[in-house]
Amino acid sequence: MLGFLFRRLGDIVPTFFGVTLLVFFLIRLIPGDPILMMAGERGVDAVRYAQLKAQYGFDQPVIVQYFHYLLGVFQGDLGKSFVTKKPVLEEFMTLFPATVELGVIAILFAIVVGLPLGVIAAVRRGGIFDYTTMTISLAGYSMPIFWWATMLIMFFSVSLGWTPVSGRLSVLYYIEPTTGFMLIDTLLSDQKGAFVDALRHLILPSIALGTIPMAVIARMTRSSMLEVLREDYIRVARAKGLSPAKVVVVHALRNALIPVVTVIGLQVSVLVAGAILTETIFSWPGIGKWIVEAVSRRDYPTIQGGILLIAIMIMMVNLFVDLTYSVINPRIRHTR
Amino acid sequence: MKSTFVKAALGAALVATTAWAAPTAASAKTLVYCSEGSPEGFNPQLYTSGTTFDATSKNIYNRLVQFKRGTTTIVPGLATSWDISADGLEYTFHLRKGVKFQTTKEFTPTREFDADDVLYSFDRMWDKENAYHGVSGGSYEYFDAMSMPDLIKDIVKVDDYTVKFVLNRPEAPFIANMAMDFASILSGEYADNMLEAGTPEQVDLVPVGTGPFQLVQYQKDAVIRYKANPDYWEGPAAIDNLIFAITPDSTVRYQKLKAGECQVMPYPNPADLKAMDADASINLMSQEGLNVGYLGYNTKKEPFTKTEVRKALNMAINKDAILEAVYQGAGSKAKNPIPPTIWSYNNDIVDDPYDPAAAKKMLADAGYPDGFETDIWAMPVQRPYNPNARRMAEMIQADWAKIGVKAKIVSYEWGEYLERTKKGEQGSFLMGWTGDNGDPDNFLAVLLGCDAVGGSNRAQWCNEDFDKLIQQAKTTSDVLERTRLYEQAQVVFKEQAPWATIAHSVVFEPIRKEVENYKIDPFGGHIFYGVDIKE
Repeated sequence: MLGFLFRRLGDIVPTFFGVTLLVFFLIRLIPGDPILMMAGERGVDAVRYAQLKAQYGFDQPVIVQYFHYLLGVFQGDLGKSFVTKKPVLEEFMTLFPATVELGVIAILFAIVVGLPLGVIAAVRRGGIFDYTTMTISLAGYSMPIFWWATMLIMFFSVSLGWTPVSGRLSVLYYIEPTTGFMLIDTLLSDQKGAFVDALRHLILPSIALGTIPMAVIARMTRSSMLEVLREDYIRVARAKGLSPAKVVVVHALRNALIPVVTVIGLQVSVLVAGAILTETIFSWPGIGKWIVEAVSRRDYPTIQGGILLIAIMIMMVNLFVDLTYSVINPRIRHTR
Repeated sequence: MKSTFVKAALGAALVATTAWAAPTAASAKTLVYCSEGSPEGFNPQLYTSGTTFDATSKNIYNRLVQFKRGTTTIVPGLATSWDISADGLEYTFHLRKGVKFQTTKEFTPTREFDADDVLYSFDRMWDKENAYHGVSGGSYEYFDAMSMPDLIKDIVKVDDYTVKFVLNRPEAPFIANMAMDFASILSGEYADNMLEAGTPEQVDLVPVGTGPFQLVQYQKDAVIRYKANPDYWEGPAAIDNLIFAITPDSTVRYQKLKAGECQVMPYPNPADLKAMDADASINLMSQEGLNVGYLGYNTKKEPFTKTEVRKALNMAINKDAILEAVYQGAGSKAKNPIPPTIWSYNNDIVDDPYDPAAAKKMLADAGYPDGFETDIWAMPVQRPYNPNARRMAEMIQADWAKIGVKAKIVSYEWGEYLERTKKGEQGSFLMGWTGDNGDPDNFLAVLLGCDAVGGSNRAQWCNEDFDKLIQQAKTTSDVLERTRLYEQAQVVFKEQAPWATIAHSVVFEPIRKEVENYKIDPFGGHIFYGVDIKE
């Protein structure tokens, strides 16, 4: 097991360098001089321009800038935002819990809804439930998030008034961030109703963000289950007189889960991409919106740092998924 | 990992001042403003964006002189009066007595506002040797952009309640500059304390001002909380708590406004205006913005060197069609280079009529009976004064084709566009300007003065008569005389036609009906002192 872990960790090193290299040079390919962009119509005189260039290190060759950057990364210094002048890591850490909280609840929603849907659809293959579920999940998969989110808000928040429109917590509650996770912070606080309020704020964004993964999980579970249900050992299990529920849950589902877990792992990057839109629409103070804003302002340190941190996170999740496989199917540990 | 979160979250959260009114505290009046984004920081000296000014200077700080709410008129602020020397080189400000700085968790003022605070605030930006000059990045873009470093020769503390600014040259707009956001007055005592404690950057993170509201909490991209400053020198604000609920999406802001989750919102989506207007719970306010969108001619390039050609092209442009298609009703036709909200706007001027036949004839008389070939440069970005430059360029292209002028549309990335138009590579070009201080000089001299050729005078236009008028207006501090000179300058502008003035955008602000006495700020800010909520 340990050997497997180290092998996988070894794979991460080149990926990490690749990401730093790619991010650093790609953002410099976007047309637009950050200093001129900031100055706008007002312009900036030549002396001040040279000063700012030196201040940001743009007066050095790109390759030198890259090594400075890399050196900083190894010392845990991702630089300071051009806009807020605050350390990128500090800003990331402030916003990251919000994205994680939303992502976790969204993926939970996707699994809790998607998995049973897929299983039932597979068991009742060809039935009305199967057709309905698969049609809905195809629609869910193809739904543009911004449209879906706006529809949810207009229906549930404005017309019915059941859920709040946006934000993480009603502004009337005053919570000091302790962990940054609103569900935990509200529990720690002594303000009555704050936890429920935070939960209500999570409903629509997690549905909006979790819909695509939910659809993917449902479809994947169904097809994987169908394959497994055809296996000989299932027939044997049935022949032995096991209850249908036991056959499906114990014998079929466990074996059908491998591809599903892979898909869930892959959904993490889908979630990060979806978080950009979801966070913007629901005014969710997370990292998705933060990076998009940084791109439009050519805030290089924020873009570089933010993407690198997300990439590390995705690599970690993938590692975790690989480890999960080996728990579900011990044979995987030994293959290279 | 968790402890890192805890530390970061604690570090970033701004904890200020005393207890926050809990939701149960019944009688507290709270106004929620759905703001469009997070401020860059809490010191208005360091930044240039309106979002930051709303969160700081407009509500936390005061300036020596201020703009009367809802106007561009200058009124006393932290200075009760000011004298200008006869040569226009010395501005002496007499400071208000009994003004208290806000008390926060980190700072309890031991003295009232005085000349030392003015000196600290300006020396920080102006004096490169000042201990605070390099703190928090140390760039004072707006102070620099208004040429304050070249303008100020000396800042002298005459006594505890008198400060004198000595200028290098007479400059009448100086007083308007002093009302701008960057000229906000910070606490010198607080700055000294923080410097001693080795944390000077705290001054820019946890603000202490003299204004009507003080910061209670800021959570990036989520919320900014303020409470009314009980000691405010103009009397405490009518609302007890002010909350900025940061909501970047304009459609969502509208949904929140409808659901009553906020009472005021900025920058509505033009597509929602109709529905807002029809909504009984919403009061849709509007006013012309402090800006102008225009098509400039490169007056150094043939055939735009000829006034008749420029005039003819102006007459060929169908502005009504542009207003409808490009501004979608959120614009008003411009006839002058300054917007009507600025004093000295010359309303007697008659705009060039839309008359393609007359235009064609005028062009023929100027020596171009078959028209000519040229280019129209279109900005690659959306601006308040021009929401869709590409579309506008296409419409002008079609209008000009009718009088035989074949125009090619050219565009560059924004930074590149600004640089090239400065150098004068273009034939004709779309551009615009948003005013800084409400002074006519800020449009007329900055965009059309001879000194600005090769800079922000992208039409490269240098007219002797015009320039004499605006230079004269710069050196006299008599407002009536200045008004007369600027009115005259607008007449010269119209005759010479270096630009086709297209439009001033119209700013819309939907507010809920229960909000009372809200005023649109011509500078595009959002000011909540003086605003009340009906119970």
